[in-house]
Amino acid sequence: MSGYMLRRALATLPVMTLVALFVFLLLRLSPGDPAAIIAGDMATPAQPEQIRELMGLNQPLYLQFFIWLGDLLRGDLGVSLISHTPVAGMIADRIGPTLSIALLTMLISVTVAIPMGILAAWRHRKLVDHLVMTFSVLGFSVPVFVTGYVFVLVFSLKLGWFPVQGFTPISAGLWSFLKTALLPALTLTTIYVALIARMTRANMLDVLGEDYIRTARAKGGSEMRVLFRHALKNAAVPILTVIGTGFALLIGGVVVTETVFNIPGIGRLTVDAILARDYPVIQAVILLTSFLYVLINLIIDLSYSLFDPRIRY
Amino acid sequence: MIAQDAALQPRPQMADWTVSEDGRVYTFHLRDGLKFHDGAEVTSADVVASIRRWAQKDAGGQVIFERTETLDAPDARTIVWTLQRPMPSMLAILSKQSSLPLFIMPARVAATPADEAITDYTGSGPFRLVTSEFQPGVSVTYEKFADYVPRPEPADGLAGGKVVHVDRVKWINMPDIQTAVGAISSGEIDYIDYIEQMPVDLLPLVEGDPNIIVENRANSEMQTMARMNFTHPPFDNPQIRKAALAAVSQAPVLAAIVGDQRYYRTCGAVLGCNTTYGSEDDSASLTEGNGLQYAKDLLKEAGYDGTPVVFLAPTDNASLATQPVTVAQMLRNAGFTVELQSMDWQTLVSRRASQAAPADGGWNMFVTNWMVIDIANPITNAMLNGNGNDAWFGWPDDEVIEALKANFTDTEAVEDRQKIGAQIQSHAIDNVLEVPLGQYTLPQARRATITDMIDAPTPVFWNLNKAE
Repeated sequence: MSGYMLRRALATLPVMTLVALFVFLLLRLSPGDPAAIIAGDMATPAQPEQIRELMGLNQPLYLQFFIWLGDLLRGDLGVSLISHTPVAGMIADRIGPTLSIALLTMLISVTVAIPMGILAAWRHRKLVDHLVMTFSVLGFSVPVFVTGYVFVLVFSLKLGWFPVQGFTPISAGLWSFLKTALLPALTLTTIYVALIARMTRANMLDVLGEDYIRTARAKGGSEMRVLFRHALKNAAVPILTVIGTGFALLIGGVVVTETVFNIPGIGRLTVDAILARDYPVIQAVILLTSFLYVLINLIIDLSYSLFDPRIRY
Repeated sequence: MIAQDAALQPRPQMADWTVSEDGRVYTFHLRDGLKFHDGAEVTSADVVASIRRWAQKDAGGQVIFERTETLDAPDARTIVWTLQRPMPSMLAILSKQSSLPLFIMPARVAATPADEAITDYTGSGPFRLVTSEFQPGVSVTYEKFADYVPRPEPADGLAGGKVVHVDRVKWINMPDIQTAVGAISSGEIDYIDYIEQMPVDLLPLVEGDPNIIVENRANSEMQTMARMNFTHPPFDNPQIRKAALAAVSQAPVLAAIVGDQRYYRTCGAVLGCNTTYGSEDDSASLTEGNGLQYAKDLLKEAGYDGTPVVFLAPTDNASLATQPVTVAQMLRNAGFTVELQSMDWQTLVSRRASQAAPADGGWNMFVTNWMVIDIANPITNAMLNGNGNDAWFGWPDDEVIEALKANFTDTEAVEDRQKIGAQIQSHAIDNVLEVPLGQYTLPQARRATITDMIDAPTPVFWNLNKAE
């Protein structure tokens, strides 16, 4: 296992280097010039050039890349071209809301979706199965901003249970946090419940048709024991994959939800940085997101063996 | 340093002033009790350093410095500014409140090169930035500055006593206006700024709420306008520029951008309507929309060869997204070939700085908006700069407009200036230094619990009261 982990960790290095190079080139080769943006409305043609020189943007691309890479290896993510604040600090400010809403979303989604999926598989082609499938189609089909606005209209403006917008960190108290995080999390939950419930149902249906399930039932095992001990454990691997990928997507930033609920998360930081061509911020955020993807994938891979003893590393 | 009152007239703020008989020497005296937010006293050395930094970037400041003989601080409270010849617009430029206002900062901060952004936000006003709570792109918090000494007279526009009745003001950046409307309805926020923030479609949601007041602020109108590139075909030909102007009708453009007639009006004045020097001469085809046939005739006469007009169209900015589409169709109706290129606003900002040929990454036309108070004075109106390469994007080389502006700058009597304003209007329309597309306002919204808010083009938060 430790050898496998070491190999995976080492494999991260070329992946991250490629991501860094790709992000760097993509930004530099796409249209838009931060110097022209900073120079502003009244700039003469000479002023953006002066700013480019000041920020080192007129140096050859390979030199800019190696300077950035060198800073990166020293743990320096650079300074925002627009706000002049350190990028590491900007990310630290924004990762909290994104991470906590992602965790809450996954917590609610898994708690609701797995029993729903099991129930639907257990009661295959019965009313409860149809209800679960209908909800899944709706969860996938309704755009997240529509769900968000409807939740705001009903729960914030009509019932007054939650604030319309904003974010309070969990350090300010659990209830204060939940008041601001619950509606965005529930909005995202509709998609993830749909996804995980469908995945659970499909895999459970596969497993419930296996011979060993029939054997377990023939031995007189209770339905609960059959479902949870024998079926779910064997159906868990693909479900775990979906949960892991979903979590990574959530951390990558959910721009629409963050926008609708005015949450200062990573998604909005990325979009704002892209619109302002704030190269150091975009580069750092994409690198961080890629790293989290790699990390989460590794954790998921390792966790397979907990559920399926046939998988060994 | 000095400020504009509600009638946009210069008034003392940090300093009062005297002017010598010959109009060349301005002596400013700083008032008692002025302190920076770090506790240091505001001195004339700080003021001089701030003026010098500002003037490197501001068009009006540059004009003043072209005439400046000396700018000195003979003692800690006095600034003496001597000009080579009188400049009647001096105080109007020093007191302007937008694009780019003169702010006073400590000399050490003002020493930052003008092309570099400052990172020390020490000011001397009635509110102080709470740097520990500043989150770029998210929110900015200001707190009452306890050591601020207001002027004794009542507030009047941005002039007069700035008395603060609230402890903190938090300015929240909300990317979705629907969220902001929901937040003001539920009482989570007290105020929504107006500029490009309140699509008129959403107004019914707040207009029917007795707890919310929707209003236009004084002098807050915007001018929307199109600019052509004078250095490349087809708009290097004045006759083709005139054909394009004749093809445009403002009413459909304004209907597309605003929609609600309460908030827009046609206006063909390059210096804005309802301004001191604005005139609508020679712009009837724009406001009446009857120039299509004339445009076709002009285009034929000019021998237009079908060179495509590369029109930059920003799609991510609600206040600028519709004009290019509407104007491009009007140009096509007159016989132009138009290549509408969609992009985000920041790409447009980079692209419009390019002097390359349109086919090689340059451009022929784009649309932007200005606050009318920023374009109302010919000296500071960017589109009226005729200095070729040093002019605003589009780079017209126009000696006549420069001569007219110089004449305006030297003239003192308002009636005489208005006559020059009319000449500037005729010349600007005839040479198509811009295509005025009309004026509009976007109202602000505030909770009824917010009272005594100052009615000024830029929102300010002193003087106001907030009831619980």
